[in-house]
Amino acid sequence: MRRSFRAGAVAMIAAAALLTAGCSTGSGTGSAEQNTDPNQKVELTYWAWAPNLDKVVDLWNEKNPNIHVTVNKQDGGDPAITKLLTAVNAGSGAPDLIQAEYQKIPTLVAADALVDLADTEAKETKDNFPEGVWNSVTLGGEALYAVPQDTGPMAFYYRADIFEGLGLAVPTTWDEYAAAAKTIHDADPEAYLGTFSSNDAGWFTGMAQQAGASWWGIDGDAWSVKIAEEPTEKVAGYWGGLVEQGTIDNKPMYTPEWNAALNSGKQVGWLSAAWAPGVLAGNAGATAGKWKVAPMPQWDAAKPATGNWGGSSTAVTTQSKNVAAAAKFATWLNTSPEAVDALVKVSNIYPADTEGAKTALTAAPEFFSNQPDFYDVIGKAAQNVGSFNYGPNVNVAFNAYNDQFAKAAQAKSRSAFLEAVDSMQQVTVEDLKKTGFTVK
Amino acid sequence: MAATATMPGSAEKTAAPGRPRQAKNFKQRVLTPYAMLAPGIVLFLLFMAAPIIYTLVLSFQQKKVSGLGLGKGAQSTVFAGFDNYVRSLTDPEFGASVLRVLTYGAILIPLMLGFALLFALLLDSRRTRAGSFSRTAIFLPYAVPAVISSLLWGFLYLPGVSPFHFVADKLGIALPSLLNPDLIIFAIANIALWGGVGFNMIVMYTSLKAVPQEIYEAAKLDGASEIQTALRIKIPIIAPSVVMTALFSMIATLQVFAEPTTLRPLANSLSTSWSPLMLVYRDAFTRNDVYSAAATSIVIALATFAISFLFLRVVQKRAFGQEN
Repeated sequence: MRRSFRAGAVAMIAAAALLTAGCSTGSGTGSAEQNTDPNQKVELTYWAWAPNLDKVVDLWNEKNPNIHVTVNKQDGGDPAITKLLTAVNAGSGAPDLIQAEYQKIPTLVAADALVDLADTEAKETKDNFPEGVWNSVTLGGEALYAVPQDTGPMAFYYRADIFEGLGLAVPTTWDEYAAAAKTIHDADPEAYLGTFSSNDAGWFTGMAQQAGASWWGIDGDAWSVKIAEEPTEKVAGYWGGLVEQGTIDNKPMYTPEWNAALNSGKQVGWLSAAWAPGVLAGNAGATAGKWKVAPMPQWDAAKPATGNWGGSSTAVTTQSKNVAAAAKFATWLNTSPEAVDALVKVSNIYPADTEGAKTALTAAPEFFSNQPDFYDVIGKAAQNVGSFNYGPNVNVAFNAYNDQFAKAAQAKSRSAFLEAVDSMQQVTVEDLKKTGFTVK
Repeated sequence: MAATATMPGSAEKTAAPGRPRQAKNFKQRVLTPYAMLAPGIVLFLLFMAAPIIYTLVLSFQQKKVSGLGLGKGAQSTVFAGFDNYVRSLTDPEFGASVLRVLTYGAILIPLMLGFALLFALLLDSRRTRAGSFSRTAIFLPYAVPAVISSLLWGFLYLPGVSPFHFVADKLGIALPSLLNPDLIIFAIANIALWGGVGFNMIVMYTSLKAVPQEIYEAAKLDGASEIQTALRIKIPIIAPSVVMTALFSMIATLQVFAEPTTLRPLANSLSTSWSPLMLVYRDAFTRNDVYSAAATSIVIALATFAISFLFLRVVQKRAFGQEN
């Protein structure tokens, strides 16, 4: 008992420390004074969590003795952003560069944490990236807040051996997916083609994106929130129906139980993203060679589309004294052939850079050595990722997703799924209004 | 307990009288004790008082943005009056979380203290074998951090990987999953029980050891059985430490955080506002709204204080009555 008291105490002390750090909030916003001497040796710090990123950065440091970059390894997307926001509030302590997930960019811009790179050479990289990805670093405007690094175009992963055993064809539409789910579950009551996970808001966002949703929008001088609209309702209703029938599981992903089910063939498929091979190899290593990848099932077979799950960018913070040098590095890291090649091979990411993805990704990942055209499938999917706008309170909407869809998944009813979409919309709008944002 | 707390003060009192009042005594009588207290006072001010005051300040502020809220100067911090408090107290999620921890406490505390008392009495009984081994074994779970024990129990609860469910399946018994919404509160209470019994047992056992042996001999001569000795002598004598453990347990219950937070990703039955502290954490770190979180924290702190105070008022007379 006392341990939970202590845990609480630690949390309170951490909170207190954070608050004390926030004490000096005030005039510390806006860009730092710029270092303009071009010959001066520049030291840049870079907060990032992609695996082995420091090895990629070593390539840069070897060639650029005047701009030295130090990678400061972070725990992950959320903690790094929390730390950055704290440092921005405090007026000091932020790095020059930060790895920022796409959905965090509006929050960071709202907190005045990111420098507009529109006047730097980073602006020239526009044609390197798919339009949808570029849109998420510009927020659809003239400014440029980050250089895209990696993306997670979604695809359908399935156990080819089990599909073959049941004589099933790979589903190309969502109707076929539902039928396949039923066949699989009827054949083995413990087996499911997939699960609806209330833990993974990013996953659901990607599926809504595929259906044509874009949850936030800028409408003149006001934000609009478009969660409870046709595309998202269609997706939620579809999954709610499958969960209600019981042909799709309702347990969260990334649990020991889910891992066990992937290993034992009780989870027969996974709607995931380009980075799935790494997760599958780690969580279900014994099943190597039994999986295949296919494009996502479609709502409209004539207009193939997919969503994006995950991915991040390289941004420059408002506390950087060397914005030009930082922008130069960010451009090199995400668009130069050698860096993109290293990112693919050493950090195992799927690069946002279209050309880089083509040349660097030739051989299929080891886990998918049975499918030589692995990256052809993914590459085609990447071309079909639509635009999706994030807003300044993605955290609130995602948190509402966790809580509301957990309830709905537990209730196992289609109507509960639709109610969850409405609650998400309501919570998100109320939070924006409460803070004072103009909402249309 | 009370005796040890007054020790330093009484030592000073006995040293001071009888000495001539001289200038140099000012140093001895005033400066020296304060110099000795200084580290404590400084630490208290820095790490208790300052954060509390700062939390109070924050709780009366809120973030205000205008228009799209993007870029420089679009956000500012303004005075909020009691807005945060009103929102916190009228938030149905907060009310629900308080109700949940009260239920949780009603399940957990009697069980935990009951087991702790039972084990302490068993260990103290004359016929105990392997006493120190049992004591260590019961105490050991307390040394496992709550996050680890929650992960461990989480594995045991998940039907897909649990050995209990595996065995039950083989025997043809259908076990209900403890992670279902109706049972999850017991699942969490069980983790806290597993970790907390040992600590409370040690507290009670230690105070049992402090009881003079003559009392037991007298009881034995009067023909009291082991059970009678336990019920009529041991329990009344250690009542103050039972009260203390109850108080600590109540405070810890209101602050339950690690167990539900660790179990949450494993199932659909826990929300991110399951307990009051989880709600505070969510507001501060997931929703980036430290101001609401500060107000809720103050409310929780005041409520905890009020409950502890009331509890002590009610039971103090009975428990500590014979000491004074």
